[in-house]
Amino acid sequence: MDEALTLLSFGDQGWGDEIAHGVFITISLALATLPFGLIIGFFIALAKKSEEPSLKRAAEIYTTIFRGLPELLTLFIVFFGAQILIRQIALVFVDKPQIEINSFVAGMVALSLVFSSYASEAFLSAFRAIPEGQYEGGSAVGLTRVQTMRLIILPQLIRLTLPALSNLWLVLLKDTALVSVIGLSDILRQTGIAARVTKEAFLFFGTACLLYLLLAVASSVVLAGIEKWANRGEAPR
Amino acid sequence: MTYVSAPPPPPRRWTRSRLAGNGLMLFWLAAGLALAYFLVAQYDAEFYARYTPKFFNGFLVTLQIVSLSLIIGAAVSLPIVFGRTSRNPFAAVPAYSFVYFFRGTPLIAQTFLVYYGAGSFRNELDAVGLWWFFREAYYCVIFTFSLNTAAYQAEILRGAIRNVPKGQREAGQSLGLSRWAIFRKIILPQALIIALRPYGNEVVLMVKGSAIASIVTVFDLMGETRRAFSRTFDFQTYIWAAIIYLVVVEVLRRVWDMLEARLTRHLKRITEAASPDEETPTQHQPDEPPKIEIALPR
Repeated sequence: MDEALTLLSFGDQGWGDEIAHGVFITISLALATLPFGLIIGFFIALAKKSEEPSLKRAAEIYTTIFRGLPELLTLFIVFFGAQILIRQIALVFVDKPQIEINSFVAGMVALSLVFSSYASEAFLSAFRAIPEGQYEGGSAVGLTRVQTMRLIILPQLIRLTLPALSNLWLVLLKDTALVSVIGLSDILRQTGIAARVTKEAFLFFGTACLLYLLLAVASSVVLAGIEKWANRGEAPR
Repeated sequence: MTYVSAPPPPPRRWTRSRLAGNGLMLFWLAAGLALAYFLVAQYDAEFYARYTPKFFNGFLVTLQIVSLSLIIGAAVSLPIVFGRTSRNPFAAVPAYSFVYFFRGTPLIAQTFLVYYGAGSFRNELDAVGLWWFFREAYYCVIFTFSLNTAAYQAEILRGAIRNVPKGQREAGQSLGLSRWAIFRKIILPQALIIALRPYGNEVVLMVKGSAIASIVTVFDLMGETRRAFSRTFDFQTYIWAAIIYLVVVEVLRRVWDMLEARLTRHLKRITEAASPDEETPTQHQPDEPPKIEIALPR
């Protein structure tokens, strides 16, 4: 037990500071992905509820691809594909380009693609729950379409999608663990290194699992707070 | 009664969304053509002769992992559901912790914990004669995936059971059925129908999640892909893997939709079937605008 605590302590003896840095990387990756995923997802949902068939079809192709592919495969395709693509472009200018794709950026792109395609479904079902009269009311008082969206629809949309988006956030947090495979030093990679060096695999991977659990619990608390804030205008039941 | 032709529909305008939609469709078309061109340009008979059987084997391994895990997971989920719905804290707390752990941590971390972590207990496992099991990545993966999907399936089933109306159970009780008979003959069949759609999602999630097995040296479809890529540095390996996964997931989804439609056909209301008095008087030709009957004042 003492030995385990030493291994997990901060400083020279233990791996605490390395793992703490991993936690920081995991959280930053998830937080950096979130806005892109939300914004892309929102526009995909708008496209899906549009009356224009070609726009609808294009959005459906997007979600079919990125919801159907395993997250790991998406990650590899983005990581290696971007590397090859950029090398091809660079070959035009330089003789022997040295190109390294940052695993953080590759992870962000891949996770944004996955997150946005799931988020678009959440937004879409929320859009369907907002009655047509809300749009008509907006145009009746003379708002433009953008104003109607921003002032009338969006506030309701946020409230309606929050439960689904909370779930997606928890999924995103777990999916960041995959990025360790392409070398991002997140929780899983740091604990993996520690496990290999110290030969205490169970201790360190157990710690990794507990850290993810802890992050999930902490997020649930925060999300519950946000949900309460979003529902503040609702009549108490 | 006079017939007049309705005016032809106005030509569709080029709205902004139509422009955007056509642009995006063009983008997808271009991307698809580029991919097809890439695959054709890179065509190499030797590559296909060498890797097609490997990919096929990998595909079979993926199917094996997914189906075994789903079946074992379904069996394991039943006691967990009983634990989750039980009022006895000695059953409820462990079941809840199990579900919370497996749903709250990444599958890849769980797999590492079992596969690499088992090495920490080598002597103990040797003593109970289980080391052969945890030594093999394949068994570890099945073990982890089964427990993982068991946690998810337990939540699906629990939600479905709670959604069966209370009156169903009460009706069973008033008939004097035993609790087990009520559960098996009344509650479970209805719950399974409610759970059909989430179960389908779980199957798809399992297919996608099974790619993680490749990281602990199991040569499933993803594993074969990674091995082929590391030897040839040929990007088409990943493209083929993507195509195969997409096809599998789409086929599963379609089959599941059909299955659901078939199994719930007794719950569907008959939509307004062609009733005899609603027959349309005019059979309009497709190429001429439909005739609208208007009673003109004389």
